[in-house]
Amino acid sequence: MDKFTTVSGPAAPMLGANIDTDVIIPIQRLVGTGRTGLGPYAFERMRYAKDGSDNPDFVLNRPQYRDSPILLAGANFGCGSSREGAVWALMGMGFRAVIAPSFGDIFFNNCFQNGLLPVRLPEDAIRRIADETEAAQGARHTVVDLARQVVVTPDGAEIPFSVDARKRDALLEGLDDIALTLKRKDEIIAWQAADRARRPWAWESVER
Amino acid sequence: MPATMFDKIWDPHVVADLGGGWSLLHCDRVLVHDLSGGRALQEVGEAGHPVARPDLVFATPDHAVSSAPGRTSETFPTGARLLAGLRKRAAETGVRLFDLGQDGNGIVHVMGPELGIVLPGTVLVCGDSHTCTNGGVGSLAFGIGASELRHVLATQTLPQRKPRTMRIRFEGTPPPGVTPKDMILAAIGRFGAAAGTGYAVEYAGSAVRALSVEGRLTLCNLSIEMGAKVGMVAPDETTFAWLHGRDFAPKGATWDAALADWRALPSDDDAVFDRDLLIDMRDIAPQITWGTSPEQVLPVTGRVPDPADAPDAEKRGAWEAALAYMGLTPGAPIEGTKVDWVFIGSCTNSRIEDLRAAAAVLRGRRVAPHVTAWVVPGSERVKHAAEAEGLHTAFLDAGFEWREPGCALCVAANGEAVPPGARCVSTSNRNFVGRQGTGARTHLASPAMAAAAALAGAIADVRSFAA
Repeated sequence: MDKFTTVSGPAAPMLGANIDTDVIIPIQRLVGTGRTGLGPYAFERMRYAKDGSDNPDFVLNRPQYRDSPILLAGANFGCGSSREGAVWALMGMGFRAVIAPSFGDIFFNNCFQNGLLPVRLPEDAIRRIADETEAAQGARHTVVDLARQVVVTPDGAEIPFSVDARKRDALLEGLDDIALTLKRKDEIIAWQAADRARRPWAWESVER
Repeated sequence: MPATMFDKIWDPHVVADLGGGWSLLHCDRVLVHDLSGGRALQEVGEAGHPVARPDLVFATPDHAVSSAPGRTSETFPTGARLLAGLRKRAAETGVRLFDLGQDGNGIVHVMGPELGIVLPGTVLVCGDSHTCTNGGVGSLAFGIGASELRHVLATQTLPQRKPRTMRIRFEGTPPPGVTPKDMILAAIGRFGAAAGTGYAVEYAGSAVRALSVEGRLTLCNLSIEMGAKVGMVAPDETTFAWLHGRDFAPKGATWDAALADWRALPSDDDAVFDRDLLIDMRDIAPQITWGTSPEQVLPVTGRVPDPADAPDAEKRGAWEAALAYMGLTPGAPIEGTKVDWVFIGSCTNSRIEDLRAAAAVLRGRRVAPHVTAWVVPGSERVKHAAEAEGLHTAFLDAGFEWREPGCALCVAANGEAVPPGARCVSTSNRNFVGRQGTGARTHLASPAMAAAAALAGAIADVRSFAA
């Protein structure tokens, strides 16, 4: 996983609630493909006109937001399907942080696994960042600083956010979860042996 | 100290306290499917890790397989590559695979409980958000992404934070036409699509106790549409009778030991939930969604909402966008809206009781001529059981297509789709934009409501079609 440092750039506003992972990346793009190359398909049902050209009304097609590394979103962003491809598609589009009032649980967790930082901020703070960005026509940047746990708005105000310490450290250090857990392999095996004695029914019934 | 069922399952599954509120949680069962299973097994191997406990991992192709009558694994070529990968990796790693067309194959959340792979008191994970379905038998089951799937395959554990607990009690007896699907859609409509975010939900109350296991699986299935990764129903004699004798259920003396453990699982009477909600069954009528989020739902007798009546600007915008996508007129009765497609299937509503309920409405009647109507049984066993009862004849005689098991039109990952602009009443779980195909308009409802819509050629009140 890529280490996460500080992200800076224009924050693109897409503030509707309940943007689900089917909207972020249609399942058809995840059948028989890898995790790379999904960027062009992110939000494709909103992003393109019927003839395949860019839909000028879609906010992320506006010139000032085309290279935004920060997405401002509405409540319950990433609800729905567990597809991690939603994170890969957003990252493929260039996003490194998503700021929303709330997130779908599975998406939220998938973000951290890939180095996309989900930041929870109150709606009014997000609205403020959007307004300041719009007022400057995207020319002024928002900064997401994970180490200090603050978002710096285009006008320079600092808004603190909290992020789980374990997740923060994993992002900052680029840790491999599996390698960390495998250090506890003996503990896991001991737990399994003890559980087998405690709950034989959970084990015997699937033995070959 | 009084404990919830959730605590009683979670706490003993903690292998290690990782600090900061994190636990290393043991996963007793892992289910994998064709969409992500083959790749996950491959990537774990490529990273140099053996699959920790292949005996605890079970695989089934369901997402990207054709549902066409007479299908083979090659019918949908893109899916065929995924399935070939799953077969190869399952064989290499020793994971049991219930292959296409074989006994035991089916939608992962249908075949899991059906084979007794999913048991009360177990922790189960799968790379699919509807894993919450399996809480219907009293399992602590939740969906995970691709990274977590690799982690669990390599270690049989997951680092997790304990969610908060919520209880939703349904009290009373169901009014006519009200099924488990209507109960959970009504709850999502009332509490919202994010009400369960961060919670594990337990469904309780007299109306839940009265449900069959199939009904409980349906109820738990839509937990994630309320935001909750986990939904569960306490196991009871109904559960035990349903599980007894299933392929991977405990046998003999071990069964007796399991029963003793399972009987201790229900939440203590004085257990405290972080949020405790109540629904009076008298307040529920047959439900139908009108928008593009499961929270946008109405009683079938209701009218399409008017954005002018929305509580705030944000909701107004969401309603306007949903109505534009759905092609509906504010203030119009939802009943009578012309329907082009009907889909009965999915991990929500493809079990034998669902098919019985739909067939009961259809018998002796014909699907409206302009409607394409599909029924996709949830598994090989459901299909064969339905055929043994003659349910397939009821569907075929009415004008439905009787198809092969899989996820099919719920997720449209298998080359099948509702056409752009077409309106579909579906027994599945998501009415998201494009979910059933680009431009497809989805209305979620129960199997009986879907059958009624097929007959009427329009959204209809199942109570007008009493069997």
